[in-house]
Amino acid sequence: MSKESTYIPKSGLSKWFDQRLPLQRMMHDNINAFPTPRNLNYWYTFGGILTFCLVTQIVTGIVLAMHYTADANLAFASVEHIMRNVNYGWLIRYIHAVGASMFFLAVYVHIFRGLYYGSYKAPREVLWILGVVIYLLMVITAFMGYVLPWGQMSFWGATVITNLFSVIPVVGTTITEWLWGGFAVDNATLKRFFSLHYLMPFMIFGVVILHIWSLHVTGNNNPVGVSVKEKQDTVPFAPYYTVKDAFSLVCFLILFAWFIFFNPNILGHTDNYIMADPLVTPAHIVPEWYLLPFYAILRAIPSKLGGVLVMGGAIAILFILPWLDTSKVRSATFRPLYKQFYWIFLVNCIALGYLGSQNPEGLFLVASRICTAYYFIHFLLVLPILGLVEKPKPIPESITKAVLEKIEIKNIKERRAEA
Amino acid sequence: MKRLKSKTLKKEERRLSSKNMSKLSIHKLTICVVFQILFVFFITAEVFAAGEQKRVKKHHWSFAGIFGHYDDAQLQRGFQVYREVCSSCHSMNYVYYRNLAEEGGPGFTVEEVKVIASEDMIMDGPDEYGEMFERPGKPSDIFVSPYANQNEARASNGGAYPPDFSVLAKARSTLRGFPWWFIDLFTGYQEQGVDYIYALLNGYSEPPTEFNLQSGMHYNEYYPGKQIGMGQPLYDESVEYADGTIASVEQMAEDVSAFMMWAAEPKLEMRKRMGFKVAIFLFVLAGLLYYSKKKIWARIEH
Repeated sequence: MSKESTYIPKSGLSKWFDQRLPLQRMMHDNINAFPTPRNLNYWYTFGGILTFCLVTQIVTGIVLAMHYTADANLAFASVEHIMRNVNYGWLIRYIHAVGASMFFLAVYVHIFRGLYYGSYKAPREVLWILGVVIYLLMVITAFMGYVLPWGQMSFWGATVITNLFSVIPVVGTTITEWLWGGFAVDNATLKRFFSLHYLMPFMIFGVVILHIWSLHVTGNNNPVGVSVKEKQDTVPFAPYYTVKDAFSLVCFLILFAWFIFFNPNILGHTDNYIMADPLVTPAHIVPEWYLLPFYAILRAIPSKLGGVLVMGGAIAILFILPWLDTSKVRSATFRPLYKQFYWIFLVNCIALGYLGSQNPEGLFLVASRICTAYYFIHFLLVLPILGLVEKPKPIPESITKAVLEKIEIKNIKERRAEA
Repeated sequence: MKRLKSKTLKKEERRLSSKNMSKLSIHKLTICVVFQILFVFFITAEVFAAGEQKRVKKHHWSFAGIFGHYDDAQLQRGFQVYREVCSSCHSMNYVYYRNLAEEGGPGFTVEEVKVIASEDMIMDGPDEYGEMFERPGKPSDIFVSPYANQNEARASNGGAYPPDFSVLAKARSTLRGFPWWFIDLFTGYQEQGVDYIYALLNGYSEPPTEFNLQSGMHYNEYYPGKQIGMGQPLYDESVEYADGTIASVEQMAEDVSAFMMWAAEPKLEMRKRMGFKVAIFLFVLAGLLYYSKKKIWARIEH
């Protein structure tokens, strides 16, 4: 990976600027000419998609904030005002609401891609940790955003989650009341959540810049997990990956548009179209789909404090993942055992999501406990042991060799098919 | 290159040989077993859960589907049912009279809406002497509410609050169960709420003998717990339709449900029409980008 700049300022003005603020140079080196492994598949386009999602949420969010009223008596009506009286308000709100789901869909693909290809391993530990920080900020932002329409699920979701802090010994109640700004979830809570919900996307934006910075120091991982060794292992980001990312983004937008225009409410809960009522508890209090796995973990533990700790642990464990995986081989392609455990882990996470949507009783509770236990077993037992006992498949010498080999295999198959 | 070729050839042959095939299918088998256990588990769980509440049947609506649009005549009939029956207890606090003349709505003319609005008396004020006064409604007014506030509404209805109709069609749902909740994501089925309302309005019947019905409650098999505070609101010929349609309970239930869907989602037609245009744009753009990508990547082996 060459760190030398290849930028040559063309015009006089460019030269003048380059000596004072080399912004164009930075953009050129980090976007146009950035050497990127030539073998990245479509799973690697989700970084670009996520950037798009973040910008979309910020832009639509700023417009929504122009019309929204953060007041316990007016919030619900102001959302309906946006839906009915603001020009294209329905469109902006549905983009924002569906956009949150799409953002999480993309981030889960992005995370599981990282897990499959071992993108968290040296030298990309910091890159991975920054990613987990972004994810954590996303969860908090999404949670607070869900409170803003001040529907029944907003209110009761906020009540359940803020109450979790009350389990902290000694200072729990004080902290909870401090978060609420009173003695219950009320107007003060809504107002501060709105303020923080507006702030946090910009914090995410900041960490995203660090995330990309770190990526551009270590370079991309790739599907074979072999580091870039020679110049022919890479292609310049533009036009190769700009066009690939753009195509992938538009495909993603088709799904996005499907939900906005033809199924905008299916990803949310119908109870959130009922105005918040502190005196009526909904039959089932459930978070949005993207937080269901954590909700399942929370409720799988019989003690409240335990549940909070284990749920926190489920995210915290991601921070130390680079040191839990003992295998030096990055890509699951060359790890026959890890590959299987990876899929089991993925199914386990989906199962946790489903269980999070059900009442924790009977069979569901038993299943939640098994799946919660397996979530941690995967990280604490399977990953450390696998690295020691697994015999990896032969690893290609270089990215280029792997690419050429793949083409060769394809040709052989074609020849066989013809014969 | 030559060495690489022979190596890969051998490798590929080895992969295709029966010895490795059996190993591969064992991997697949493990995954299949895991999936199967989960699937069977979910299905059984669903069967357990299904016992509680009667499943709501899918009804045919003109506004369902990608090209869905409201039936003006149906919305007008539904509005009539709301006005003559429902509005004695249920408010519509987010709907304005002017909405009735807006595009994608019941299709009343502006003049008709002025007349409709003027038939209701609106509390306004304070005037220059500080007094509240009543005046005939204007298109810019919100639908007149049957009660001054929630407490009055509760007091008049035995403690039960008749919910506001504005977004009710989006605030109700039906238990769909696995695998339907997943399939619904990609079929565009968004009429759970209106299906539920339609079923509920048709769902009144005599309680089974063993059923313990509390006093002041009414038996309805679609309502959670099967006891509902609202008495059967619609009977045959509760209203006399201006367009001559026979006012059966099913007909009125269907019409008022459709009207409530419009009230909850007044921009539905605009949304679906725009969605179709956006989809065409995105598909064409995706096609162009796909071939651009192919052309650019043809420069290198990949």
